Amino acid sequence: MTAYLLRRLLSLSLSLVAASLVIFLVMEVVPGDPASFMMGINADPQAVAALRTQLGLDEPLPVRYLGWVAGLLQGDFGISYTYRVPVSELIAERVMISLPLTLYALALSTLIAFPAGILAASRRNSAADLSVMGATQLGVAIPNFWFAMILVLVFAINLRWFSAGGFPGWDAGFFQAIKALTLPAIALALPQASILARVMRSSLIDTLNEDFMRTARAKGLSRGQALRRHALRNALIPVLTIIGLQFSFLLAGGIIIENVFYLPGLGRLAFQAITQRDLIVVRSVVILLVFAVIVVTFLVDLAYAAADPRLRRRRT
Amino acid sequence: MTTASPDRSFLRAALGHPAFVIGLVLSALFIALALVSFVWTPFDPTKLSIANKLKTPTFEHWFGTDHFGRDMFSMIMVGARVSIAVAFVAVGIGMLIGVPLGLYAAARRGSLVDEIIMRGNDLAFAFPSLLLAIMITAVFGPGAVNAIIAIGIFNVPVFARLARGAALSLWTRDFVLAARVAGKTKARISAEHILPNIANLLIVQGTIQFSLAILAEAALAYVGLGAQPPLPSWGRMLADAQTLISLAPHMALFPGFAIIITVLGLNLMGDGLRDLFDPKLRRGR
Repeated sequence: MTAYLLRRLLSLSLSLVAASLVIFLVMEVVPGDPASFMMGINADPQAVAALRTQLGLDEPLPVRYLGWVAGLLQGDFGISYTYRVPVSELIAERVMISLPLTLYALALSTLIAFPAGILAASRRNSAADLSVMGATQLGVAIPNFWFAMILVLVFAINLRWFSAGGFPGWDAGFFQAIKALTLPAIALALPQASILARVMRSSLIDTLNEDFMRTARAKGLSRGQALRRHALRNALIPVLTIIGLQFSFLLAGGIIIENVFYLPGLGRLAFQAITQRDLIVVRSVVILLVFAVIVVTFLVDLAYAAADPRLRRRRT
Repeated sequence: MTTASPDRSFLRAALGHPAFVIGLVLSALFIALALVSFVWTPFDPTKLSIANKLKTPTFEHWFGTDHFGRDMFSMIMVGARVSIAVAFVAVGIGMLIGVPLGLYAAARRGSLVDEIIMRGNDLAFAFPSLLLAIMITAVFGPGAVNAIIAIGIFNVPVFARLARGAALSLWTRDFVLAARVAGKTKARISAEHILPNIANLLIVQGTIQFSLAILAEAALAYVGLGAQPPLPSWGRMLADAQTLISLAPHMALFPGFAIIITVLGLNLMGDGLRDLFDPKLRRGR
């Protein structure tokens, strides 16, 4: 296990380095000089040049990359051009909305998908199975921002159960804050729940056809007992992979939903930064999300290896 | 090599597959609308008519009018053209770059090039695609062409991985060995023996990616980074509808239905094709 862990840690670090390089270089080729952008169109060229020096834009490329990475390692993302505050502060503030929203959506998606997928798999080809599969087809076809608008129309404008957008802050009380995140979480969860339910169903169907399931039934377990004790646990591996992937999709997928609901989260921050060419903020948010994906994937892999010794040897 | 009879049996199986038929009809509907829009729309989709604004559906304006009095049905017809064209070209780019990369990686299995291609793929999957697509279009300017590039880039790793995985298993087969014994180069074997055998898989995945691309295009247009006015697009119609949703819900409903039906149609067709291309499943049905 130690050798496996070391190997995986090495590949994790390589991925992180590669990701940071790609992001850094992409930002380099982006047209538009941040300094002249900050100073406006009519700026004095000398003032722009001075600002370039101050921002460290005159340094050679490798020096700037290493400086950036060294900063990242100390939690220093740089200073935002437009907000004029450290990016780490901006991000820390926004994560307090995006992360709970993501976890909320993930919880909803799992709560919907598990029962639906299990029902569909255990009564294969029944009316229940067909309805679940039909619903999931619809679920993946609905754009989440459109679904969000319909939720606002029904639950905020007509029924007045929720507000149409905005976030009162966690200071307003846990319940108020959660309430403000409910419609966005539902909108985010819908397509994810559909995908997850399909994965759950197909994985469970595969497991139900295994020999050990026949043995379990022959031993005298009822269908339900065999399902709970043997099939579910074995069917969970692909399902967990998808949940791990969805975490990052949701974290980044919030970019549109946060805009629909005017939630001041990471996605909205990124979107505003992109339109204002605040590249330091964009770069920081992107690298944070990419790191989150890579680390979550790593943890999921590790969890498998801990659960299933066979995977330790097979993986390269 | 193909004779008439397997084709006819495929056609019969296809027509007997309900999901495939429904999917085909739904997708064909919007492709037809898009094509017809080149020669005819009920109204000029760009013509403003403030006197007629925010009309609910009538016999004259089937889907009502928007806040500028433009005919929604005509806009949806032209919007279909934009969505389908952007998605189609984006997936095409993904296939044209991704499939050769995947085939190359499979032919040189275990080599450094294979390793680089696959690790690059893993990395591409780790990037939040929508965020980067938004970044690409925002930085290089909003518009249909940049939307195509932004969506196309994320299709490359999908096809590269699929092609490599499918090709790897074929490289161990006897007919490939025979071709190697006959002295064919790896490139020729990939083109003549591997590619035709993975074409079905690529078509199925292409259909699914096509539907995802339509969703991505709608999302980009919704945040203002897709095709630019006066060209109508489904995503921007939804963005316009958002502020008026309590006044004129029809403005949000119809473009939304257009997206859902197109995506649903493509997905059903893709699932259907997967069943139909798989002889085991076809016999089991």
